[in-house]
Amino acid sequence: MANPSGTGSELPAVSEGNLHLVTSPHVHFGWSTARIMWLVTAALLPCLAVAVYHFGPGVLAPVCGAIAGAVGTEWVLNRAGRRPDTIADGSAFLTGLLLGMIVPPGFSPVHAALGGVVAIGLGKAVFGGLGHNTFNPALVGRAFLQASFPAGMTDWSTAVARVDAVSRATPLGLLKFGDPSQFPADLATERLLAGNIGGCIGETSAAAILLGGVILVATRIASWHIIVSMLAGGALFGGLFHLAGVGPSPLFHLLSGGFLFGAVFMATDYVSSPLTHRGQWIFGLGIAFLTIMIRLFGGLPEGVMYAILLANAAVPLINRATRPTIYGAKR
Amino acid sequence: MPLRSFRGGVHPPEHKELTEHKALELMPVPAEIFVPMGQHLGKPASPLVKKGDYVRQGQVLAAAAGFISAPVHSPVSGKVVKLVKGPVVGGTTADMLVVQPGEPDPLPADKVAEGAAPPTSAPLLLPPLDLNTATGPEIIERVREAGIVGQGGAAFPTAVKLSPPADKPIDWMIINGAECEPYLTRDYRLMLERPDDIVEGILLIGRALGENVNLGIGIENNKPEAIRVMREAIVKRQAAIKVFELKTKYPQGGEKMLIDAAVGRKVPPGALPMEVGCVIQNVGTALAIRDAVILGEVPRTAVLTVSGLGVKEPKNLQVTIGTPLRDVIAFCGGATADARRVVVGGPMMGFAAYSLDAPVVKATSGILVLSERELKEPPETTCLNCGKCAEACPVNLLPSRLARLAELQRWEAARDLGIEVCMECGACAFTCPARKPLVQYLRLGKKNVRNLPRKER
Repeated sequence: MANPSGTGSELPAVSEGNLHLVTSPHVHFGWSTARIMWLVTAALLPCLAVAVYHFGPGVLAPVCGAIAGAVGTEWVLNRAGRRPDTIADGSAFLTGLLLGMIVPPGFSPVHAALGGVVAIGLGKAVFGGLGHNTFNPALVGRAFLQASFPAGMTDWSTAVARVDAVSRATPLGLLKFGDPSQFPADLATERLLAGNIGGCIGETSAAAILLGGVILVATRIASWHIIVSMLAGGALFGGLFHLAGVGPSPLFHLLSGGFLFGAVFMATDYVSSPLTHRGQWIFGLGIAFLTIMIRLFGGLPEGVMYAILLANAAVPLINRATRPTIYGAKR
Repeated sequence: MPLRSFRGGVHPPEHKELTEHKALELMPVPAEIFVPMGQHLGKPASPLVKKGDYVRQGQVLAAAAGFISAPVHSPVSGKVVKLVKGPVVGGTTADMLVVQPGEPDPLPADKVAEGAAPPTSAPLLLPPLDLNTATGPEIIERVREAGIVGQGGAAFPTAVKLSPPADKPIDWMIINGAECEPYLTRDYRLMLERPDDIVEGILLIGRALGENVNLGIGIENNKPEAIRVMREAIVKRQAAIKVFELKTKYPQGGEKMLIDAAVGRKVPPGALPMEVGCVIQNVGTALAIRDAVILGEVPRTAVLTVSGLGVKEPKNLQVTIGTPLRDVIAFCGGATADARRVVVGGPMMGFAAYSLDAPVVKATSGILVLSERELKEPPETTCLNCGKCAEACPVNLLPSRLARLAELQRWEAARDLGIEVCMECGACAFTCPARKPLVQYLRLGKKNVRNLPRKER
């Protein structure tokens, strides 16, 4: 309907022809999926820098291999499925980087790339792409590598040669297969914090991981509930067994292997973790319990990966059990 | 003392600085006004005048059509040009009277000779009542007669809200001065400029609700000046009105959130505030009630904020009801070159206007002209399951899950997860990194749940 009064019709910019018609709200916080993915990537840089410092620039080869495999697979699958390009959202890059951080320093870049292919292909794409996967894609990739290249995935010689005059395995490896009386003396907490020990590329320096964790929590990307519950669970279950005379101190549990890295960067993956804070506590405590059980009683020195993957599978169940009570309703 | 608030919510940028220091300004009456018959929730009023009639300011144009309805009065003196179907905010059209302001035709000479009174354009007022002696029923009847509707957004007929059934005793009446919507500063200016009148309005509403009602006003702590001024006005009149200082957080001004923050009661899902003995009224509504009782005024103007980076001179205005949006924007210097969206109401819950001919109505609280700078256009991705929507939802729903169910048209499942409790505050969509249009899905879901057969509900 024309306005017969004719007043104020000189509004060149806003006229019926170009008015935006959308539902409220009309303002937005400003975050995007891409922003989150690239911020997590940035939070991983301290870990990568420490790895390069301790193990040399060679560690970049498997990292780049994993990224290339992941991003390449994402691109190919998008093309094949005639889907819009999703490389820019950063999620495939992040999956590749995460995978690259959890292989040994001397790992073959070609094998790492294969891991990236599996992480995106089997870990994400088969479920329907970003947001639909049940399991953490990077850990799916790592599980594949562990099963396919067990020798390469447990070869710590590159790391150990660089950081350790006395040739030895990872702290957890020593614990499982070595002479337990031998290690506590010079595997002090300071070395676990600094990262000059045997271990996966991104996992050795507790300090660098914690810095990344602070970045993620301060920017409100990661839920501190998952990180804190997993650490509290590790301290609790590790501590109980320690008091009963089984296993190392709870602090050693938290600082060794992939525990911290898993808590900060793997368990906090949005897609494969529970929605509510209550669910996140159950999730974190569950991962910690499974990890300690595998470490102390399983056949492997380390159990974080399988613990998280198992907990991922339980997420729909956890979400169902922890559905929030609607405001004002009786429980 | 810790500030009062609620769980969840978000902190959108406030942008109140654009207008908070600007005093209310009276916008001149435009050349033609468009008065919709339905300016309230409920049945539209039935017109009592016809084309060609001369109507006086304050004259009843249309009568209330039932209990949940409200009469409509003429905002100006002038001639009814026609009854049309015109655009209204919210995407539909509605019956509206077009009135051209002007003086009445002079009486023919023979009528003058007979001694008939000359016609006048002076406003028609209802008989003023006394602040101290007006009784509760008188006040409610006056509110009904004056066609006052809630100014908090829903435009619910106020007289209905003041007449709760006998089995729902009311012990708290709280004025909503939270004004948690960004940009809007209308309630803030009213509190600064008319605090004594607001206090009178609160006392009158209290009397309408009965002897045992506690009175209060809730104001967010980003408006310290309003809190101070209201406290002074209350002390000056020695009124028993409690000022609740609320944490600044959206949607603090939602009825449920305000009640929770002020008196710690939780309104059950699907229930009204009276279920927990509370009645909430907006600052503007309190003033309208006060003016109707003490001055005999009916709503002829709407007080609103015109803001946004897309309008050249943001203002707080008193606008004649029926003024087209186009005229209001023009009065504020017009739109900037990068203006893209006109929103009626606040940016979190307001409606995008599809036509600038839609008129200002009784409950219009703001007109925002938003520019490209404010509307960072979203690339939508799939849901990441990040849970930020659930964290933000003030009524503890899982918006991402409900939106997915709406997408899949699983209405029963959406109902079972409580979709009807959603008040469309927009906190979820505001915070969503995947930029899903969550409110749109929730509205779709709610509409379809309402349409489910009775027994399935």
